[in-house]
Amino acid sequence: MSDSTEELHVDQSKMHITDEIAIQITDMNKWYGEFHVLRDINLTVHRGERIVVCGPSGSGKSTLIRCINRLEEHQKGEIVVEGIELNSDLKNIDKIRAEVGMLFQSFNLFPHLTVLENCTLAPIWVRKTPKNEAEATAMQTLERVKIPEQAHKYPAQLSGGQQQRVAIARCLCMNPRIMLFDEPTSALDPEMIKEVLDVMVDLAEGGMTMLVVTHEMGFARRVANRVMFMDEGQIVEQNEPEEFFHNPQNERTKLFLSQILAH
Amino acid sequence: MSSEPNVAFVASGQIPPSAPPASEVGPIHWLRANLFDGVVNSILTVASIVAIVLLVPPLVDWIFIKGVWNAGSLSGCREVIAAAHGEGVTGACWAVINERFNQLIFGFYPSELYWRPILAFVLMLAALAPVLFSTLPRWMLWFSAAYPIAAYFLIWGGLGLEVVESGQIGGLLLSVIIGVTGIVASLPIGIVLALGRQSSMFFIKTICVVFIEFIRGVPLITLLFVASVLLNYFLPPGTSFDLILRVVIMVTLFASAYMAEVIRGGLAALDKGQYEAADALGLNYWKSTRLIILPQALKVSIPGIVNTFIGLFKDTTLVSVIGLLDPVGLLNPIRATAAWNGILWELYLFVAVLFWIFCFSMSRYSMYLEKKLKTDR
Repeated sequence: MSDSTEELHVDQSKMHITDEIAIQITDMNKWYGEFHVLRDINLTVHRGERIVVCGPSGSGKSTLIRCINRLEEHQKGEIVVEGIELNSDLKNIDKIRAEVGMLFQSFNLFPHLTVLENCTLAPIWVRKTPKNEAEATAMQTLERVKIPEQAHKYPAQLSGGQQQRVAIARCLCMNPRIMLFDEPTSALDPEMIKEVLDVMVDLAEGGMTMLVVTHEMGFARRVANRVMFMDEGQIVEQNEPEEFFHNPQNERTKLFLSQILAH
Repeated sequence: MSSEPNVAFVASGQIPPSAPPASEVGPIHWLRANLFDGVVNSILTVASIVAIVLLVPPLVDWIFIKGVWNAGSLSGCREVIAAAHGEGVTGACWAVINERFNQLIFGFYPSELYWRPILAFVLMLAALAPVLFSTLPRWMLWFSAAYPIAAYFLIWGGLGLEVVESGQIGGLLLSVIIGVTGIVASLPIGIVLALGRQSSMFFIKTICVVFIEFIRGVPLITLLFVASVLLNYFLPPGTSFDLILRVVIMVTLFASAYMAEVIRGGLAALDKGQYEAADALGLNYWKSTRLIILPQALKVSIPGIVNTFIGLFKDTTLVSVIGLLDPVGLLNPIRATAAWNGILWELYLFVAVLFWIFCFSMSRYSMYLEKKLKTDR
């Protein structure tokens, strides 16, 4: 796909997968009205796993990860995140959302707040962190994503890649145990994709549990421990990246891979 | 000859930036771009200049040069003008404003107590200041919160101050009481209605929709008649419920329905991603509404909100229909007196200028606020 993943520096030895279960999805189904978007999803994610979810558009991959922090509601089955079951209990939902960071394709930074305020808002209002402490953490995090000098600008003054890195910093300030990425680089110009992927590699090396919906197959190859292919609302195939790319089993997987890896 | 085009090209260096051509900058460019940009524009420019030359000097002449400030009646004015400028010349008779100024401002408020509404007005400016300008210290908001109580006692009396009846309150004072109370109360009610209309809870949503659509579907005058006449039938006999208060409630409800729709527009203009990002960070409904959604929705709605404010303030003149003596309500009684019978333009012009000062200030403030809150580029 993109050349930007060619020069990613990835140290797989820093990534550890533990026995602890971060997310457990059992027989989950979801409908949009009459339309059956997700069908019998079963998925166990261990702490430290990096799972890349791919598939054609409309296959339900975004909907799946949006169910994990209840941006979408499932109608059947069970989702347990960090030991808390997702049901209509609002307290549980807010608790899970504070533990699960989410990155969006369109960044969704708060345009009326500065970069720093974007990062301190949730710690102050959800975690009740004192303001100066939250600001110190935010500055450290902005340094980690390499844009501390932009702290007092507004999001609209930054480039797409910088905005997405701020969005990552905003998540990290909440100290999440799991991070969900919904096509984080799809809205970026090619020269900005790498700066975002670099930060994601850094997170993976830090042991973050990650679910990534992306078309960056280079990233999948080098960072993921598992690649999952979805089509028409169902998990069609999943495997270690090496096997997945070189030895796909299902016909639909083969077709999809041949289409996206053709050039 | 080769049919292959030569496509190879390499820039030999970076071209340095240079100044734009002289015809694109400076006053000449401005004139050409704004006043004489083509035939139609040039004709309109010339026509406008002619209209200004024809209209403005006679107006200035009538208002200022031939205007009379001191006279006891309209015929007195005419005598002064005839003596100064000759028979048959017309000029403005501002003497009526001079004589009735206090009445147009305070209604029939006892003149020895004028200091009370004046003090209330000055305190109002002080109470509004921290709300309007965020650079002022935040503790001043406590004063703003306490102001309505202070203003009530200053205007109506009580707590040792001599009591003034509602019937004595009139003129611009009445417009400001109704207008400012309506403006201050209709914004929060409008916000609640707009949020309610978006609610996923069926009954809350239905109540808000019915309220908004009912109020918007009824003329304000109807509501004012309900306030002045019909409400007495519904209230238990013997309850006296101040007419000004009833009118303020009706005007507030009327404006809040419009306000709700303006703010709903602002809410709808927000990207769905803003709601999702706030949710995904673990902010609950009230926090995300207060910190993320409303600041942005209200910012987008500022022109509409101020538009509604201005409309509300001017609509206060409708209370003259139910017999309250706001500036417009006072004009007919004044014109009915023997001294000022036949006077027309001067009174309406004066009232127009009074209202214009308030409305134009609101409009300017709205522009200041829009500029200040602009962070999207």
